[in-house]
Amino acid sequence: MKHKVVSSASAALLNLKSNMSIMSGGFGLCGIPENLIDEISLKDVKNLTIISNNIGNSGRGLVKILVQNKIKKAICSYVGGNPDLEERILNKSIEIELTPQGTFSEKIRAGGMGIRAFYTPTGYGTIISEGKEEKIFDVPCILETALTADYAIIKAQKGDSFGNLWFQETARNFSPLMAMAASTTVVEVEELVELGDIKPEDVHLPGIFVQAIFQGRNYKNEIEYLKTQ
Amino acid sequence: MAKKVLEMIPNGSSINLGIGLPTLIAETAPKNQNLVIHSENGVLGVSGRPSISNYSPTLINAGKETISIQKGASFFDSSLSFGMIRGGHIDFSILGGMQVDTYSNLANWMIPGKKITGMGGAMDLVNGSKSVVIMMNHFSKAGETKLVNKCSLPLTGKNVVNFVVTELGIFSINNRKFHIIELSKNILIEDLKINNNILHID
Repeated sequence: MKHKVVSSASAALLNLKSNMSIMSGGFGLCGIPENLIDEISLKDVKNLTIISNNIGNSGRGLVKILVQNKIKKAICSYVGGNPDLEERILNKSIEIELTPQGTFSEKIRAGGMGIRAFYTPTGYGTIISEGKEEKIFDVPCILETALTADYAIIKAQKGDSFGNLWFQETARNFSPLMAMAASTTVVEVEELVELGDIKPEDVHLPGIFVQAIFQGRNYKNEIEYLKTQ
Repeated sequence: MAKKVLEMIPNGSSINLGIGLPTLIAETAPKNQNLVIHSENGVLGVSGRPSISNYSPTLINAGKETISIQKGASFFDSSLSFGMIRGGHIDFSILGGMQVDTYSNLANWMIPGKKITGMGGAMDLVNGSKSVVIMMNHFSKAGETKLVNKCSLPLTGKNVVNFVVTELGIFSINNRKFHIIELSKNILIEDLKINNNILHID
C-alpha cells in the first residue's frame, strides 16, 4: 500500500497557496488539527475560504488565522463563543455563509460521495432558503448543493502509513466527511501506527481518501467548558 | 423548567438537547425514565456530568461541555448524526428560544445587526424530530414576552413548535392561539403578559 507519511505539518502543506479553500475538522475545539492550523498561521497565505463548523473559539483554533485576516470567506454553522468572528460578520469584513449544521455536514458528505445536490426540509421558510429552488415532496424542501475544497486538514487519534484513520470519542464529527470531500487531505495523528494495527473493522476512514499523514506533536486538546459532578 | 419538560416525555424516549437551558435535562433526568440522549456532535447515550477524575477533552456535548456516557452509547460522524435527526429517528428536540409565535414558528439564532450565534443544528432539529419543545425564559432581557403573535426575528423553522415551557407555564399552539396546559404555582393569567387575542382561555 502506498506510503503517505511525511515529516511535518509544513511538508504536508507545502503546496497550500493563497485563494485556496480549506475544510477543517473539529467541533468547537474538539478534534481540531492543531499542528496544521499553526502551520497555516506561519505561512504567507491570504484570501482563504475556510469551511469549518465553528472557525475556532475565543482566540483558539482557527481564530489564530482569522485574526491574521487570512480568511476571506467562512462557511460554518455556529458563531456563538467566537466573538472575533461575530464582530467580523457584523461589520461585514468577512464573507460568511451560515449553513444549518445538518445541511453543512450533508453538503460535505455529498461532495465526497459524488452527489451534486439534494433536497432537504431544513431551512425551508427561513432566510436560508432565499434564492434556492423549492420543491414539495411530503413536505416542502429546498435544493442544497455539494461542497468540495482544495484541502482538508484533519486530526485523528490513530492513523497508519496508508492513511487509515481511527477517531476518539466525539472527536470524529466532520473529519471523515471532509477528508472525502477535498482534493488533498492531510492528516495529523497523535499515534502513527503500523499497517494492520487498526483492525479493518475498526477503520473509521479508509486511507484511500488521504494524501499525506504525519505524527503530530505538542497537543493541547483544550476543553472549552469543563463541567464535572 | 427541566422538571416540567421531563414530565412531558414518555419513558424510553430518544431526545436531543439544545445548547443552554435544555442541557440541564441531562443532569436532572431520573435513571428510571430510561431516556436515550442524543447530542448532534456525534453521540447517542449521553449521561450527566463526568466525575472530576474521569473527564475527557474528546468527550463533549454540542454545547462543548464535558459529558459522560451510559452503557450502550455510540459515537458517529456528523452526517450520520443529522441523519438520525432529519430522518425522524429522534422523538423529542428540546431547544432554547428567542421568540415563538402563533404560527408555531421559532426564532432563536440571530438579532439582525446586534447578535449572531448561528443556527448550529437548530434548523435541522426543528424539522426532523417528531416533537419540538421550546424551553425558554418567558421574558426577554428587555422584559417583553417571548410568546408573540408573529416572530419579528429571523426564523429558525416555520410551523415546527409543538410545546413551549417557560418558568410561568406550559403551552401548546393551536388555531393561531397559545393554549395553557399548565400554569406554574401562584402564577395568574395576567402575569403571562400574552395578548388576550392570541391566548385561548378555557
